[in-house]
Formats: sequence, structure tokens, C-alpha cells
Amino acid sequence: MWGLLATVSLIGGIYIGSRGLRDFDPALVSYAGATLFAAFGLAYRFSMWLRRPPTRLYWYRGWQIFTKRGSLGKNLAHLFEIFMSNFIFQRFIERRSHMRWTAHWFLAWGCLLAGAITFPLSFGWIHFETATSSQEIYRAFLFGIPVGQFPVHSVIAELAFNALDIAAMMVLIGVFTALWRRGRDHGAMAVQQFADDLMPLILLFAICVTGLFLTASTHLMHGLHYTFLSQLHAVTVIVTLVYLPFGKFFHIFQRPAQLGVDFYKRAGKEGEQAVCIRCGNEYGSRMQMDDMKRLQAALNIHYQLKDGSHYQDICPKCRRKNLALTQDSMWKTLVEKGEGS
Amino acid sequence: MIKNEFFIDYSRCIGCEACVQACGECDTHRGVSLIHLETIERRDSVQTAPQVCMHCEDPICAQVCPADAIKKTPDGVVQSSLKPRCIGCSNCVVSCPFGVPKYQIDVDQMMKCDMCYDRTSVGKKPMCATVCPSGALTFTTMQDIQRTRQGVPVNEWKFGAEVVHTKVYVMVPPEMTRVDIGLIQIQTTAAALPSDPYDVALMLES
Ligand code: SF4
Ligand code: SF4
Repeated sequence: MWGLLATVSLIGGIYIGSRGLRDFDPALVSYAGATLFAAFGLAYRFSMWLRRPPTRLYWYRGWQIFTKRGSLGKNLAHLFEIFMSNFIFQRFIERRSHMRWTAHWFLAWGCLLAGAITFPLSFGWIHFETATSSQEIYRAFLFGIPVGQFPVHSVIAELAFNALDIAAMMVLIGVFTALWRRGRDHGAMAVQQFADDLMPLILLFAICVTGLFLTASTHLMHGLHYTFLSQLHAVTVIVTLVYLPFGKFFHIFQRPAQLGVDFYKRAGKEGEQAVCIRCGNEYGSRMQMDDMKRLQAALNIHYQLKDGSHYQDICPKCRRKNLALTQDSMWKTLVEKGEGS
Repeated sequence: MIKNEFFIDYSRCIGCEACVQACGECDTHRGVSLIHLETIERRDSVQTAPQVCMHCEDPICAQVCPADAIKKTPDGVVQSSLKPRCIGCSNCVVSCPFGVPKYQIDVDQMMKCDMCYDRTSVGKKPMCATVCPSGALTFTTMQDIQRTRQGVPVNEWKFGAEVVHTKVYVMVPPEMTRVDIGLIQIQTTAAALPSDPYDVALMLES
């Protein structure tokens, strides 16, 4: 249902945004079609993901804490802070390794830049026209409303018309860095899977190279094989759009949950702490332990112990000690029974 | 091909920390040691025990993960969190019955033992079991362990009413088929002993 809703909303958005399809470019219809499919798939997978009890728990808790009366202002400020650090600069990836960060940052921003241009273009939300008064002036329209104009031979024009090439170069830097890392890091090599880890890089590489070929064909080869190349490029983009909801790219939509968890952890720290019933030390927030008990009940995990205590109330360290002691006590029982050697 | 299995025998541990050092050399998490080595009751004994991931058949860590970040390989090894997915919530850390996953604050992610997948997937022994001098951690065949040990390997656990099956075996006395976990309280609590500001054991414990 959510999948259909997303698709219908996007169709509505395209229709209205392109002023009843007047600004819609029919040449880009295949891109728009694949995007509609991707929107359906993404909304469907997202709704399935939210149906998992632990995901639902954080979804509700995250919003509940974020919108809590009296804290909204403070929360918005914190959101801005973690948005900058986690999303814009991706610092948490940098702390894993510089090479991973370089690859990811270029891939992410290259893709976002390309997406920010191509989606509105293929939906007919932005379009360009030459000014009626002069062939030397380009006018840009957003939702049919003129938002600016610039001379054809200007820096802005160069940037605007080569933005996709710039994005492609960024993505290619990311792809090569990622492949370099994946080809040398023994750990990554052991756990990586073709469909999950290499396929996305291959798809991005194909999009960029075929896209750059289009530019090369136009500017360097007098349009040689342009039609074939544009069809090839369309195929690579459409395959990627169709793959979007199912493969690794889904993490782009999943990842913002990290922001919700950040708020949850902050609220947990400020509230009551859970104390281990064995060692008496604090080991997390009371809120999380109570939520875990509810979650475990929903998942049919039964941690109530025979003596009436709950396994969730024992800290991980004591759980580990308890395991060794239990093994000890098994041998002890045997010795006491006189059966041991 | 004869299959090697992982066997853990807490009672054999001599606390040498070889496994702790070796774990940090594993290629899948280089520089970060993920094995746990616990001192059980520091004031009363020198008993220590290692803990690796037990690679549960139906891992609770994965069930409670909101990001679907914990996956099992076809050969039954439960992998560390998938980096693009893990959102660092620590659900797995506080729910794993064996207390295995570690939350790494610097990278805001969970990391855990993956049975040295770079090695075991190509037939080599995991780092810890390779260096353990006492056989507390052993990676060998079922036949070999039965031939050389007094106890029997079992891989069924009961935590309250929750039955857990694991890929890793623990050595228990013969004829036992399952480990039933109950809470074994600390024998000597700090409060029961005269306070001693120079009690190093107590300082290390907290
Ligand atoms: S031992 Fe803990 S971390 Fe390992 S698979 Fe089982 S639940 Fe997950
Ligand atoms: S810390 Fe990561 S792997 Fe563990 S439950 Fe949370 S999201 Fe999943």
C-alpha cells in the first residue's frame, strides 16, 4: 500500500510540477518511469522494514523523544549538529579509515549532486530555455517559474551544463578508491560479496563512463554514436534505479535512523540507569532495558530465569562470568555425586 | 572433507591473554581485539575465562537489530555488523545471551567476533584458537575432541525459558546435553568484606 501511495504521489508531483506535463521532456520518459518503479520499491521495502519490531520501536521512540514538549528547540539544534557531522562530513566513516571515508564521501556527494540535477530534470520540474530577446541568454525555470538567467558563455553556464560531468568525476574518484581498498584489504576481501559490495560500484562506474562518453561524443567527436551512447547510458541508469530498493543503496534511506538513535541514547543517558542485579554496576539506560524486555516479548524471546529474575537485568560482563561459573558448577555437581574422576 | 568445529572450555583458561593479542591481528578487524577475557572473581581466585561469539543458529543479536545489520553466512558464521547499516543502538550488546558484541564508541558501531572469517572461510584456524596454549579455545574435528577430552561437547543452552543452539561447542561433563543458565551470584560482595582502600583486586573489578 505504501509503495502504491509513493508512486501515485510521485506521479501527482510530476504532473503538477511540470505544469500538466507542459514542461515534461518526453525524451526522459524512461528515466521518469524507472524512478516511479524505484519509488514503489523503496516505499514498499521501507514499510516492510518498519514492520520489524526493533525498527518500529526506534521509529516511535525517536519521534517521541524528538518532538517532546519543551525540548523541540534544543533537539533541532542538536539535529543540525549531528546532521553536519554525520551526513555532510561523514565523520564517523573517517574514524574507520581515511580511505574508506574518501571513497564514501566522493561517491555520496557525486551521486547526490547527480540526483539533484537529473530527478527534477526528468520530472520536468526544472527546464532551460533561451531568452526570447537573445540567443546568448539562458533562462532557468523551476516548476515553470523563472528563477534566473545567465549568459551562454559564462562560468555559471559552464558549471550548470557540466555539473553532471563533475558529478561523474567525483563518483569515479570514489569508485576507484573503493575498488583499490577492496582489492587490498584482506578483511574486506574475506567478507565482501559480489551482489552487495561490488555490483553497486560496477553500476556507478557504468553510469559515469557512459555519461562522460556522451559529453565526449558531443564536444570531441561531432556527435559520433550519440544515439547509441545515450541509449546505453539510459540502460545503466535504469538498471541502477531498479536495483535501488533491493541492494546496498537502500542504506541511503535506512541510515537516517542513526539520528533517531542518537536522540534515544541522549535521552537514555539523562534518565535513570539500569543497574546489574549481579555486580551492581550501571550498564545502560533503564529505558533501553525496559524496551528490550518489551521487544523480546514481541519476538518470543523468553529470558525470565527460574528464580524469578530476568536475564536482561544482568550486565553483559556478568553474563560472561556467569557462563564460566555455570560450566564450573556442572563439573562440581558431578564431583559431588562422586561420578567425576 | 573433515570439518573443524570450534570448542570452548572455560575451565582450561590460564589467563595468558594470547587470544586477546591474537584477536587484534585478525584481518577483518585489524587493531581491535574483540574477544572477551574475564577475571571471574578477582578477590578470591585467579580464574579467568575467554568468550568468543558462539554463532547462534537463530542469533538474538540479529533478531533485536533495528537496522537488519547482522547477517549469517551460509556456513553458519554470524558476521559482525554491516558497516553501512549499523546505527550503533547497542540492542545487540545488551541482548546477546553470551555478552559478546562490543559497541565501539569511536566509530559508533557494533563489532564482534566473526570467527576470523578471512581465515576460517579458507580452511585456516581462527587466530585465538591457533595461539591458545591450554586448549580453552580449540578448533578441531569432533573426533579429535572426543578422543582427547574427558568432557563432551554440547551446543544447546537454556537461558530461562529461551533455548539457544550455537555453532560453537562448550565442553561439559559426560552425559550432559545442555547448559542450563541460572544466575550465580558473586560469592564475596564488596560490602561483605572489610573496606580496604588499597585492595587492588577490588579496584580492578570496578
Ligand atoms: S553469541 Fe551473541 S553475538 Fe554471537 S551470534 Fe549469538 S547472539 Fe549473536
Ligand atoms: S548496534 Fe548495530 S548491529 Fe547492534 S543492534 Fe544496533 S544497529 Fe544492529
